[in-house]
Amino acid sequence: MSGPSTSTTPTAPVRRRTGLFRTAWRFGRTKVGVALAGLIVLIAVVGPFVAPYTPTEFVARPFESGADGTLFGGDNRGRDVLTRFLWGGWTLLLLAGASAGLGVAAGTVIGIIAGYRRGWVDDVLMRTNDVLLAFPQLIAALLVMSIIGPKVWLIVAVIAVSHMPRVARVIREATRKVIEQDYVKAAEAIGLPRGRIMAVEILPNVTSPLLVELGLRLTYSIGVVAVLGFLGMGLQPPTADWGLMINENRQAMAVQPWAVALPVTAIAILTVGANLITDGLSRAAIGIDRGVEK
Amino acid sequence: MTRLIAVRLFFGALTLWAVSLVVFAATQALPGDAAQLILGRDATPERLEALRDQLNLHEPVAVQYMQWLQGVVQGDLGTSFSNRRPVAEFLASPVQSSLTLMGLSALVATPIALFVGAFSALRRDRGFDHSASMGTLVVASIPEFVVGILLILLLGPGGLDLFPSVYAREGGPEQWVLPVLTLALAVAPPIVRMMRATMIEVLESEFVQQARLKGLAERRVLWRHAAPNAIGPVAQVVALQLAWLAGGVVAIEFLFNFPGVGKVLMDAIENRDVPLVQAVVLLIAGIYILVNLVADVIGLAANPKVRVANR
Repeated sequence: MSGPSTSTTPTAPVRRRTGLFRTAWRFGRTKVGVALAGLIVLIAVVGPFVAPYTPTEFVARPFESGADGTLFGGDNRGRDVLTRFLWGGWTLLLLAGASAGLGVAAGTVIGIIAGYRRGWVDDVLMRTNDVLLAFPQLIAALLVMSIIGPKVWLIVAVIAVSHMPRVARVIREATRKVIEQDYVKAAEAIGLPRGRIMAVEILPNVTSPLLVELGLRLTYSIGVVAVLGFLGMGLQPPTADWGLMINENRQAMAVQPWAVALPVTAIAILTVGANLITDGLSRAAIGIDRGVEK
Repeated sequence: MTRLIAVRLFFGALTLWAVSLVVFAATQALPGDAAQLILGRDATPERLEALRDQLNLHEPVAVQYMQWLQGVVQGDLGTSFSNRRPVAEFLASPVQSSLTLMGLSALVATPIALFVGAFSALRRDRGFDHSASMGTLVVASIPEFVVGILLILLLGPGGLDLFPSVYAREGGPEQWVLPVLTLALAVAPPIVRMMRATMIEVLESEFVQQARLKGLAERRVLWRHAAPNAIGPVAQVVALQLAWLAGGVVAIEFLFNFPGVGKVLMDAIENRDVPLVQAVVLLIAGIYILVNLVADVIGLAANPKVRVANR
C-alpha cells in the first residue's frame, strides 16, 4: 500500500528477476524487513566470536540476575545468558534455511512436473500432496521426533517434507500459466526434450512465485524450528539454541526474564523481518495483497 | 455440485485412512516392541512372552493393523501404558478442555477480525487500514508460542501482573485470558485480510453501486447488499483457521500448562506412551481433515461457477 509501483520505462527492458528485486526494494516495508532480519542474522553470525564466555561455562548461580561479570545474569544452570544468546542463533538460522531451501526445491520440482506433464502424473502427485497436507505441520514433526528421536537431519527432513506439498501447489499453478505461452509451444515444436523444457523454459519463468514461496517457507521454518526447540523436541542440551533456551528458562520467567526475553525478541524480530521482505516480494510479483493461506 | 462434494468426502475418508496407516507404521518403527515398553527394561522373558500373547504381538503386522483399526473405528483406542486406563476414557476430559479453549478463541477472534476487516475495507488506504494491514502482517509472522511468551512477559507475573501465566486446577476464570488471547491473535490475521479483500471486491461490484444509486441508506447497502455476499469466501478462511487451531493448540497448552490434548500429547511423548500418542495424533489429524473438508464444501457452495455448472 505504500505508493503505487511506477512502471519501468519501456526503453529499458530489464530482466524479470532483477526487476522483481528492484520493484520490491521500492516498498518501504522491504527495507524495514531487510534491516530487522539483517540485525538478527548479524547477531547470530558474529555472536559466537564476541561472546564473553564459552556457552557451557558456569559463571553465576542458577537464575541469578545481575551476577558479577554478566550483563543479563545466569540461566537455569548458571551459564551466562548473553553468551548463550549470542551462540544460539546460528543453529536456528541454519536449520530453518536448510529445511526451507530443501522443501522449496523439492516442491518446485514436483510442481513443475505435475503442471507440465498433466494427466495421471499430475493426478498422482497432487493426490499424494493432499494426503501430506492433511497432516498439521507441527503434529507430523512431533510424531516423527517422538518415534525416532530428535536428530538434526530429521528436523530438517520433516520440515522440508511438510513444506513440499504447499510449495508444489503454488508452483503447479504458475507452471500451468507458463505452458500456455508460445515459447514453450515453440520449444516443443523443435523437439527439445521434456527435461530441458522444464529446466530452461519453465523454471526461469516461475521465479517470482518461487522467491515469494521461499520467503514464506523460510518464515514458517523459523517458527517450526523454534517451536520444536521450545517443546524439547528439537536440538538437545547442552546446545545453545534459542528455542531450547526458552524451554529451559521459562519456569523462572518472573525471576530471570532475560533468559527468555532475549531469544523470544530475536525470533519475533527475525520472523517479522522475513515476512516483511516476503510481503514486499509478493507485492512486487503480483502487485496485490498476498493470499491468506497460513 | 453434489458430485464434487461426494468426491471431496471420498478423498477425505481416503486421507484419514492414509493417516491411520502412517500413525500405525510410525509406532512400528519404535525400538523394541510394546511389551518391552510396558514392562520396562528389567522384565523377565516369561512375562514378556505372556504379554506379547495377550497383545497379539505374534500376529503379522497387517493383522495387527486390522485389529487396531477395528478397535479405533469402534472407539476402542487401547490402554495407556503409563496409567493403565483406557485411552478413550482418559482423553475425555482433556478433549473437552481443548475444545472449550479452541471454541472460546474462535468466539473472541472471529467477530473482531470480521469487524476490523470490514472496517479496513470501508476506510481503504486511510490510517486505520494501513495500521490494521501492518498489524496483521506483524502478528501473523510471529510464531504463536512467541506471541504467548511476549504476552506473559507483558501481562503476566513478571510484567504488569494482570493474569496468571500457568493454568492451575483451582484457579479462577482469569487464567483463561492469556491462552485464549494468544490463540485468538494467532487465528485472526488471515480472517482480517480475507474480510478486507472480499469486502473491497463486493463494495466495487455493480449491485452495490446499483443499490447506492437507488438511494438506499449506506447502512442498508452495507448490511443487506454487501455483507451477505462477502460471507462465502470469508467463511472458508474461518474454517481453515479453526482447522489450524487443532494443531496449533499443542504448543500453547504446553506453554500455559493447560490440561488439554496438546499437553497430553507432550506428556505421552515424554513417557513413550504409544497408544496415547497414536490416539491424540489420530484425533488431531481427524479434526483437521474434517474441518478442512467443511471449508472445502463451503468454498464450493460459495462459488457460483461451481454451484451452477455442476448441478
